[in-house]
Amino acid sequence: MKDFLKEWKMATTERKGIVHPYIPNSVPEIKAEMMREIGIADIEELYRIIPDELRLKRRLDLPEPFISESDLRRHVKDILSKNRTCEENLNFLGAGCWQHYVPAVCDEINGRSEFLTAYGGVPYTTLGRFQAYFEFQSQMGELLNMDVVSVPTYSWGTAAGHAIRMASRITQRDEVLIGKTVDPERREVIRTFCQSPNVRTRIDIRLIDYDTETGLLNLQDLEEKISSRTAAIYIENPNYFGTIESQGQDISNIAHRRGAISIVGVDPLTLGILIPPADYGADIAVGTAQTLGIHMHCGGGVTGFIASRDEEQYVAEYPLFLISLTDTVEKGEYGFGQCTYERTSYMSRDKAKDWVGTVTGLWTITAAVYMALMGPQGFRDIGRTIVHKTHYAIKRISEVKGIRVLFDSRAFREFVVNFDGTGKSVKDVNDALLEHNIFGGKDISKDFPELGNSALYCVTEIHTQENIDKLACTLQEVLAK
Amino acid sequence: MKKDIKLRRYHSPVWSEPVIMEMGHPGERGVLVPEAEEEIRATVGEAESCIPANMRRKELPRLPEISQLQLLRHFLHLSQENLGMDSNIELGMGTATMKYSPKVNESLARSPQMTEIHPYQDERTIQGILEIMHKLNLFLTEISGLDQFVFQPSGGGLATYTNACLFRAYHASRGELEQRNEVITTIFSHPVNPATANAAGFRVINLMPDEKGYPDFEALKASCSKRTAGLMITNPEDTGIYNPRIKEFVDAVHGVGGLCFCDQANANGMLGIARVREAGFDACHFNLHKTFSSPHGSFGPGCAAFGVREELAKFLPVPVVIVDGDQYHLDYDRPQSIGKVREFFGNIPAVLRAYAWILSMGAEGLLEASQVSVLNNNYLGKQLMTIPGVVKYYDQENFRMELTRFSWEKLKEDTGCGAEDVQRRMIDYGVQVHFMSHHPWVVPEPFTPEPCESYSKEDIDYFAEVLRQISKEAYTDPEIVKTAPHQATIHRPNTAPLHDPKKWAMTWRAYLKKRGGSGLSEL
Repeated sequence: MKDFLKEWKMATTERKGIVHPYIPNSVPEIKAEMMREIGIADIEELYRIIPDELRLKRRLDLPEPFISESDLRRHVKDILSKNRTCEENLNFLGAGCWQHYVPAVCDEINGRSEFLTAYGGVPYTTLGRFQAYFEFQSQMGELLNMDVVSVPTYSWGTAAGHAIRMASRITQRDEVLIGKTVDPERREVIRTFCQSPNVRTRIDIRLIDYDTETGLLNLQDLEEKISSRTAAIYIENPNYFGTIESQGQDISNIAHRRGAISIVGVDPLTLGILIPPADYGADIAVGTAQTLGIHMHCGGGVTGFIASRDEEQYVAEYPLFLISLTDTVEKGEYGFGQCTYERTSYMSRDKAKDWVGTVTGLWTITAAVYMALMGPQGFRDIGRTIVHKTHYAIKRISEVKGIRVLFDSRAFREFVVNFDGTGKSVKDVNDALLEHNIFGGKDISKDFPELGNSALYCVTEIHTQENIDKLACTLQEVLAK
Repeated sequence: MKKDIKLRRYHSPVWSEPVIMEMGHPGERGVLVPEAEEEIRATVGEAESCIPANMRRKELPRLPEISQLQLLRHFLHLSQENLGMDSNIELGMGTATMKYSPKVNESLARSPQMTEIHPYQDERTIQGILEIMHKLNLFLTEISGLDQFVFQPSGGGLATYTNACLFRAYHASRGELEQRNEVITTIFSHPVNPATANAAGFRVINLMPDEKGYPDFEALKASCSKRTAGLMITNPEDTGIYNPRIKEFVDAVHGVGGLCFCDQANANGMLGIARVREAGFDACHFNLHKTFSSPHGSFGPGCAAFGVREELAKFLPVPVVIVDGDQYHLDYDRPQSIGKVREFFGNIPAVLRAYAWILSMGAEGLLEASQVSVLNNNYLGKQLMTIPGVVKYYDQENFRMELTRFSWEKLKEDTGCGAEDVQRRMIDYGVQVHFMSHHPWVVPEPFTPEPCESYSKEDIDYFAEVLRQISKEAYTDPEIVKTAPHQATIHRPNTAPLHDPKKWAMTWRAYLKKRGGSGLSEL
């Protein structure tokens, strides 16, 4: 562990007999009593089954520990202080992980140790978890106008991957058409889920072009590429560029005419002002819940749901947990349980529909709190505020000499800023902004070379007019240099 | 010297809490949202005018309308109706390692230097996080003997899928993928091993144990062939049995050109004891939410550190944290990478907690944790074997590792009360139910406690006493066990609707449609 040697003392002296606060039975007398009870004189006897050549016969080479809580805390704080946060700086990054306001009640609930430290359990012992999951599904169902919603899995991308595989099993087809306007990071995850080099489970991915003027999907390209092999079409709305895709119904119609399934990825935060995918023909919706009261956590806050109509054929193909309301033997009492649990890998191993494991329970509960806090009017209000601020930002930034905002007429929260006319690269601009404590938009010039030297900017309800003005002024200043 | 143990009187909280969809009143608000400044509104005009007409939502979503205190109270009631590990002796939940998650680590994970970080920030602005990722990687390389870890999988299932993808990439790189289409696992390995291997396109061979409960080496040898892509195996297995021939298993699979992955989701008995490197494995994963103390969060988010030998590091998901002088970087330039299994870098708060936990323990502390967890388990086993009705399957001579699979088979034969009955009765004594077994139930009426190092001798004695009491009840008054729980938050749920398309209801709206206005009991 050479890295540490220069800065850290590696443990050299052996510490014996330390009573550790997290290990009650490290008290020597207790340990001795327990050893007596099971008839051993040396703790080593417990491991006699392990062949000698497989034993580690030295102490692990790790740094000297911080045995007191206060020393540990100081050490970790010192490292964390090397981070620069989106609170102390002005952040315009989005692209799959978004900075929204987190109401204090959300953190209050997900910090409750009853939720934080529970795992599985049964409805008798963890009813709160089951009910909160059901309340997540129920509220999400209202936003989505769909009757079945899963307990979320790891992320939006993994949910999309699972959903495409569901579509492939339902249709017995092995190709998916994906808009190039889908987040490239999510496309990478989908590729890992679908485009296996193994023939048996491979789902071929074909990308569908978009119109570089409007940012909308190219329907002609879609018509040309769809075939009797197509299991599903997957788009996102608003798309990666922040553009609201208004051709959703046309896209679903094209899918349905060829017997394919229409899957739409969506951020539920938009659904106070935008119609949900079901209203333009989507059969399956997927999306994030990170925007619903969950901090970014450097991407640790992501989570992803799957939703659909309440059809047996669809329910049968879900790999994820589905919590159903039921009754109990006591009249008038709500009960909850796992709907058709035998679908899952917990019951059926390699005969299951894909797999499920430890997912994102705490974020599921948090999002349930957020949706109830916001209510119908809250979703409408936040949608309006974001639209206002987005369009104000577009206007202010467009005024900066040399900058062009692409596809600007229908943006929600995000928009593409092109710097071709400034003579500077996105990297140069972002480096300069960073000196002014501004995190500029995500550089997308590698992922979308056809858009030139461009960045994806994100504006949410947390940005004040002053923040947006500061961005525009600073851009003006750094580009003039 | 044994003190008499007095079982506590316990009743779970009962709030008869309505579903949130029924609560509140039209017009109530839980939180208000900032409005755009007047000048912005004047400049932009009506927000709706910026949305294509066919995309404007006209009717508001039918979400609850409820004030903040009333909403808070509802969710606090739900939290009280949830038995967390902090507030009970949760050592019955085997394979999950219900370990104490130190509060100091939680407070660090909730500081703005962690929560308010965007994953696409310039590397220079996230040096602290990258440093922690890099150093935890180094700790884990030492603990496992492997050479490079990544944290992208945010659960054990995603780690085993990552591994199956890595098997694919490795064999594809050698032009052998078409031929190598089988993955071997054992029936006592966690179900995500066969499930993810299948999802990745492999045919799965599930090996059954021999009569002493050990993975059957002869069966393995018979399964090895030029079709073998690799082995995905848990060791110690779900039974708590350590496979002493593990190196022969690995050698046999290597001998036919396959790779070997050890599912170390739960490695709590092995820290500083035995490493996957010495057994010859090519890859492994550790669940940071099990062995490394990150809380389980009511079923996640977890984090699975996935590690490999140097020769396989080129296949790992991107990005990988690298060091250049004193600066940390994210390396995406890895052309043979399997790509991404999840967006961004992983569940970073769990990475921080694991880092802090390891540093609070040190080498001796980790070893102590493992030794005490195995001691606790065998001490509990000694107590349990004196309880009428408890049977231990398989090997009776050797010590089990951090957990043990027991069986209530005898109790069931004698009294009619099986593992599920005992589970439900445990609740009445204020302890979380014991885990039974992953499926299929190879051991009948199974249960699998795991008294990790967090539990005191007194906790373990109490837990054993609860099971002793339930056994006594089963022999004297079985009805009380069969009709349990008697002091729980709810009564026995009706499970028929969970399998009936006409009755299941995953949302309140579906429930209202299916109920047809005739009341809950119509479900």
